[in-house]
Amino acid sequence: MSAARLRVARAFGPPVEGVALLSEEGFSPRYDLDRWSGVITKAGHKLEGENIKDKVCFFPTAKGGIAAGWAFHDLQWKKIAPKAFVFGVTNPVMVQGAVFAGITITEGWMPHPREVLKTGDWVRVDPLGKWIEVLRRQA
Amino acid sequence: MQLTPEERAILGGERGAAARRALEYQVKVGEFWDAKRFVAVTNVHMMGDIEVMGDGGLQWLKDTAALGARCTVGTTTNARCIDFAHCERLGQDAGEVAKERELIACLRRMDVVTTDTCINYQTVYQPHLGEHVAWGDTGTVIYANSVFGARSNFESGPAALAAALTGRTPEYGFHLDEHRRGVFTVELRARLDDLADWGAVGKLVGEPHQSYFSVPVFHGFHRTPTADELKHLGAALASYGSMGMFHFVGETPEAPTLEAALGNRAPAERLVVTDADLERVYAGYGLGDGDARLVVFSGPQQSLLEMKQLAALFCGRRVKAGGHCFVTTNGGVLAQARALGYAKALEDAGVTILEGVCFYILQNLSPMRVANKWTNLVSNSAKIVNIIGAHRFNTLLRRTRDCVDIACTGVLR
Repeated sequence: MSAARLRVARAFGPPVEGVALLSEEGFSPRYDLDRWSGVITKAGHKLEGENIKDKVCFFPTAKGGIAAGWAFHDLQWKKIAPKAFVFGVTNPVMVQGAVFAGITITEGWMPHPREVLKTGDWVRVDPLGKWIEVLRRQA
Repeated sequence: MQLTPEERAILGGERGAAARRALEYQVKVGEFWDAKRFVAVTNVHMMGDIEVMGDGGLQWLKDTAALGARCTVGTTTNARCIDFAHCERLGQDAGEVAKERELIACLRRMDVVTTDTCINYQTVYQPHLGEHVAWGDTGTVIYANSVFGARSNFESGPAALAAALTGRTPEYGFHLDEHRRGVFTVELRARLDDLADWGAVGKLVGEPHQSYFSVPVFHGFHRTPTADELKHLGAALASYGSMGMFHFVGETPEAPTLEAALGNRAPAERLVVTDADLERVYAGYGLGDGDARLVVFSGPQQSLLEMKQLAALFCGRRVKAGGHCFVTTNGGVLAQARALGYAKALEDAGVTILEGVCFYILQNLSPMRVANKWTNLVSNSAKIVNIIGAHRFNTLLRRTRDCVDIACTGVLR
């Protein structure tokens, strides 16, 4: 790991900190998530069994589906929302949903998160500065 | 964003608190995507049902209606999560059913036309070339952009409703020429005789190119595709690839030639799809424990011609005892299917027709799966076998005739 920071291209939301959860697979709340528990339940998903609550979630892509618009708001209402969604490439629905729910969201990263951090690290997302920083390594 | 005097007036509250709040939200979304301005829309299609909105969404909707929210353009709804005629038999939660009724009433107070369909483009509204609309679900958007040459982004429920209240949407994505050009080509050398084949093409092309702005250009096909075939192709591309647009050379309005579809640029990649590729898709689905008791024709809802085909395939047959076969469509199609005898043929065969819903959206679906001990779900829709994964079905894509055979014999193959 050569750096403790990565830059993002676009961002919305307040600055947040949380435990990083890195995925090698894309995400959709409709396709992959049990929206009553916050656990990724799609069989075979790279994060199957992981709970996204309070995490800073790194996904390379957004999957199809229009559901995120309401679903992210619903996750907030149920208090099982993540702290932030960090996408390599996203789609409008994820952004519309995150903005509606007040969840921090970013798109585009440099370098790839796997070069900078690991699942379990404590990270800070700064949408205004458009960067993500590792504050503490997982023990 | 550059705002017009009218938009500044909306932000100043001249059109009420609901419109002001909606435009403030749209500005934030537009700024994320570097939109320079808003573009007026003529039609809105929105998703809103209790399964996806939850109590928080319903409360927000009620608050918005109480602010005096009114749609400024024709606004219709996507498929909902409850068919009130079947909810008890399906074991859906009575409390959620009541909330769905409340939600529908709330939308109607805002002048939303509750059509409950994900095939609005086949049955309700067909925008013309260059017309800006604000639609969701994704299957409706990719059809609007690709087949009609209209212009829409994926608009989630809150975003679509905001567009309905303000009459505009941020100008980014597929509202702009620069994103509508083809990115890579796909030569279709396969026969593609069944609707499931078209969905399989969507899986083959979409899965390895998961990007909203990755626009495929199809060419080389041996005949003109039908509307239902393009529907299944688009729905699968949007589902597997999160794609918002495709071109089909000689068929879709912005693709008179391969060069025009690509904007006179070289394709980033050239793919070929053959019959052998399709067979590999079908062979790739595991049979699980062999359970063949759930066959679904849904996602998108069935058109009248799909209903006709299914009625013919089920004629004189019966769904295997202990099995369940569901067909979903909208109210307009179902009324015609009843008048034409298609619905009776299906119901005589033991098929359950659900109106105004899509199967994967159904409220209480995971508990329903558990209660019925369903493990596998068989469908001719590539979209539904992809989208329903969170409910932990093992899914299988099969051709339409094979789905009917599986439903009637109880034998999975």
